Amino acid sequence: MSWLSIQFRLALAKLTLPVLIAASFGLMLLGKADALLAERARTALADVMAPLYGALAGPVSSIRDTVDTAERLLTLERENARLREENERLRSWQSVALALDSENARLKANLHWLPDPAPNYVTARVVSDAGGVYARAVLLAIGPNRGVTKGEIALDERGLVGRVTEVGARSARVLLITDLNSRIPVTLEGSRARALLVGTNGARPRLLYWAEGSQPVEGERVVTSAEANAFPAGLPVGVVHYASNNVPEVDPAARLDRLDLVRIFDYGLRGIAAPEAPGRQPLTRNR
Amino acid sequence: MDRLPGIRPRPSLWRRLDGWARASLPTGSTIFLVLLTAAPLGVPGQAHLLTAVGCAQVWAWSLWRPAAMSPPAVFVIGLLSDLIGYQPLGVSILALLVLHGLALRWRRPLLRMGALAIWLAFGAVVLGVVMLIWALSSLLTFRLLPVHEAVFTWLLSVAVYPALSAVTLAVHRRLSDPEGLGL
Repeated sequence: MSWLSIQFRLALAKLTLPVLIAASFGLMLLGKADALLAERARTALADVMAPLYGALAGPVSSIRDTVDTAERLLTLERENARLREENERLRSWQSVALALDSENARLKANLHWLPDPAPNYVTARVVSDAGGVYARAVLLAIGPNRGVTKGEIALDERGLVGRVTEVGARSARVLLITDLNSRIPVTLEGSRARALLVGTNGARPRLLYWAEGSQPVEGERVVTSAEANAFPAGLPVGVVHYASNNVPEVDPAARLDRLDLVRIFDYGLRGIAAPEAPGRQPLTRNR
Repeated sequence: MDRLPGIRPRPSLWRRLDGWARASLPTGSTIFLVLLTAAPLGVPGQAHLLTAVGCAQVWAWSLWRPAAMSPPAVFVIGLLSDLIGYQPLGVSILALLVLHGLALRWRRPLLRMGALAIWLAFGAVVLGVVMLIWALSSLLTFRLLPVHEAVFTWLLSVAVYPALSAVTLAVHRRLSDPEGLGL
């Protein structure tokens, strides 16, 4: 640059900022015109960062576990009594569940019930939050070519976590059910009424559009519905809880604030978009 | 071309590397901090910290060492923030460039008035920056995003700034020849 005159270099230096500001506007338009561009850039960055964050996640979670252990040691006696009591209660429930399970198997055999296919799944570690300020999502570290695809369903050991929205070579992003853009068809287990679970970015997503006369009941279990062919029926989502302003919300069963390992299930469902015409065949798998 | 007369050491590889490291410290440390805010540290409000750290670093370095925090560097930091923060591309870039431009414009009066004035000015400017990010994100995603999140980002930025800028200022005072000119 030293062959340029000083005046010219000063002019150039003054121009840099306006030119870059114009470039940022250009990038906004480009990102709007080609949504895949931003997604691809993000996935590439996530692929680079996921192993690093994964390496960092180990020590951080061990520190957190140590703190948790110290806290638990302080309340050992009380916790033990509570667990004994809960264990007694669960034992009676276990016998009920076993009896129902065998009855269910007998009834299904009598009805010539077509069994649901056992889904494939992979387990992956959550390495970081991938939501930003206005979204709720997590980043998973997956090995290269593990066969995770968009639209697959993430569950933790307790319930529904969300759906895979972006997949890279070493990472995948899961949009949580609490996200502002999340819409999940659910069934209220008590009344078998359908409703929509709508994320608000808060800790508890809202219930909307339930059928008239089947008001959600406090404490009622909420499971996924197979409507729209995006989810299999009956995955546990949470329980109904009424907020102070009398809006029915769902307390998620999954521990969304402390996700560590999630399982990604492939149910072979690709009906994410609503069908345009009634009676249309479900979308075939195209990978 | 040799514009400055005088005797100076030969520009060996080590010396050039040293100069390069000094020159890239502000940008490098900012990029490192921005990447760190997305790491799984389990800090509450970590997503908001991304904007807070980016703004605080760009503001502080633009005031004290504008030559080491150039507009292209700010552009790169903004792009990284957009990618990590899952915002529409270009939003953070524009916001940080505006912040950088304002810091350059008010540099001399602010440095004369002292630390408190710099902090207050930062608070005022970042309120605008955060609302700009909120408005543009809302516009580009066709959806009214919750404004209380933006307000929280602003509060966090203002709260984090003194601590972050104290470290930045300490580094800045320790470091001789931060532009790496080899003078």
